[in-house]
Amino acid sequence: MLCVENLHYSYGTINALSGISFQVNEGEIVALIGANGAGKSTTLLNISGLLHPQSGLIKYQGVDISKLPPHKVVEAGISLVPEGRRVFSRMTVLENLVMGAYLKKSRVEIKESIERVFDRFTRLKERRNQLAGTLSGGEQQMLAIGRALMSKPKLLLMDEPSMGLAPMLVQEIFSIAKEINQSGTTILLVEQNAYMALSIAQHAYVLETGAIVLQGTAEEIANNPEVKKAYLGE
Amino acid sequence: MDSLLTNYISPYYIKIFTLVGIYIIIALGLNFISGVTGQLSFGHAAFVSIGAYTAAILTTRLQLPFLPSLLVGGLLAAVVGILLGFPILRLTGDYLGIATLGFGEIVIVVFQNMDITGGTIGLSGIAKNTSLSLVVLVVIFTIWSMYRLENSRFGRALMAIREDEIAANVMGINITAYKIQAFGIGTFFAGIGGGLYAHMIQYLNPTDFGFSRSFEYLTFVVLGGLGSIPGTILGTTVLTLAPEFLRFVAEYRMMIYGALMVIMMIFRPRGLLGGVNLSKKIRALKNKKKTTIPSDAR
Repeated sequence: MLCVENLHYSYGTINALSGISFQVNEGEIVALIGANGAGKSTTLLNISGLLHPQSGLIKYQGVDISKLPPHKVVEAGISLVPEGRRVFSRMTVLENLVMGAYLKKSRVEIKESIERVFDRFTRLKERRNQLAGTLSGGEQQMLAIGRALMSKPKLLLMDEPSMGLAPMLVQEIFSIAKEINQSGTTILLVEQNAYMALSIAQHAYVLETGAIVLQGTAEEIANNPEVKKAYLGE
Repeated sequence: MDSLLTNYISPYYIKIFTLVGIYIIIALGLNFISGVTGQLSFGHAAFVSIGAYTAAILTTRLQLPFLPSLLVGGLLAAVVGILLGFPILRLTGDYLGIATLGFGEIVIVVFQNMDITGGTIGLSGIAKNTSLSLVVLVVIFTIWSMYRLENSRFGRALMAIREDEIAANVMGINITAYKIQAFGIGTFFAGIGGGLYAHMIQYLNPTDFGFSRSFEYLTFVVLGGLGSIPGTILGTTVLTLAPEFLRFVAEYRMMIYGALMVIMMIFRPRGLLGGVNLSKKIRALKNKKKTTIPSDAR
């Protein structure tokens, strides 16, 4: 479904990605794990069109999308849950969701999508007329996920969904991600919380200073002694 | 109409109210750019001057009728706004502010050195075509357009851009294109206000459209409440009338005016009506138990 080939990106003279390649198959959850500054977020920003690679290909359903602007990438069916949630704080929960369906034209379809998000996140339903900025961190993360689902993406990119959340909430967010995947959305997950990410993913890639150092099934990665030492704290 | 009004109101007040109206039109244009879309502009007076000079030149030198000239002034201000928007609206925050500031200064220098604008001597002999009733009509039209724009799909996209550009972008909004459109709309109203101003004051000088004037417009909007239509109207009215009504304290008046602004910002940093959304409050109460999506969401 998504195939990244030899992706290079640098912020000025600082190399962030030096030729990474990986692929995401339809229906999977693929985790991209690694430490701070490994290039995980940069990879997602390149896929979503917010950054454009210096070289390399990002093929989505066979077509190179590496030069598309973000709004075209969304149109193609890829939606991003940005790092740090980035909800529209002075807009209500409902307005945030409506913004998520910006490219959808049919009112009925939008209404259905909102109902679907509310079924999944009942807390958002209770707070639908509340300003997003007044929600708790966990609720904001749910809103950010719900908002990204409003465009009915085929591929959902999640950037550090567990960041700054209490352990209980982290569990909840990951089980939600799993549910979303089971209802047919492919997920590319970027996480520092390797343990949680590997527990729901099928495949995983380990990123270190801009290069992929390890890849395999989530199980293989989780059992790899190096990974255990570096990321799982054993 | 205005001659009828003079029976009840002194010409002095008619003049003040006309000016308040013109400033409301201009300030609502700026509110659309800075308040709704969140793009800082320190060069709004430059667009006012483009509208003012264009309309005045058309009526004085080319003897064109007033209303079409007014419209052309507004359109030209919008065209310049859009052309300027292409390079500068990729900037954000302070950087954008400084770029618009620079543009404002360029416009003044250009007008000072052109023959057709009368250079530094200014442009005089403009007919007095602006009446209070016309201004009131344009104000009503402006408020109506702003309300319609803000409560549309387009308007919500602009607010999303103000709230978070990156998030707005990944929702599928082409942010540069939208910012440019918002800039064009805001500068159009600046130009219309400028044309009305020219045909009220009857004399134009480039120095009347400098940085301090741009800043004044920004003060109207910020004091009233960035992003709020009633706030902008209130802020403009209060700040235009205050210096007039403070005349009794003679030389202290600008000092009091300044002190009022300081106190305002301390106690209501988001403006008089900032953060107050009356219609939304009412709607929220009504729909407490009901899921609604904005009426025109498609």
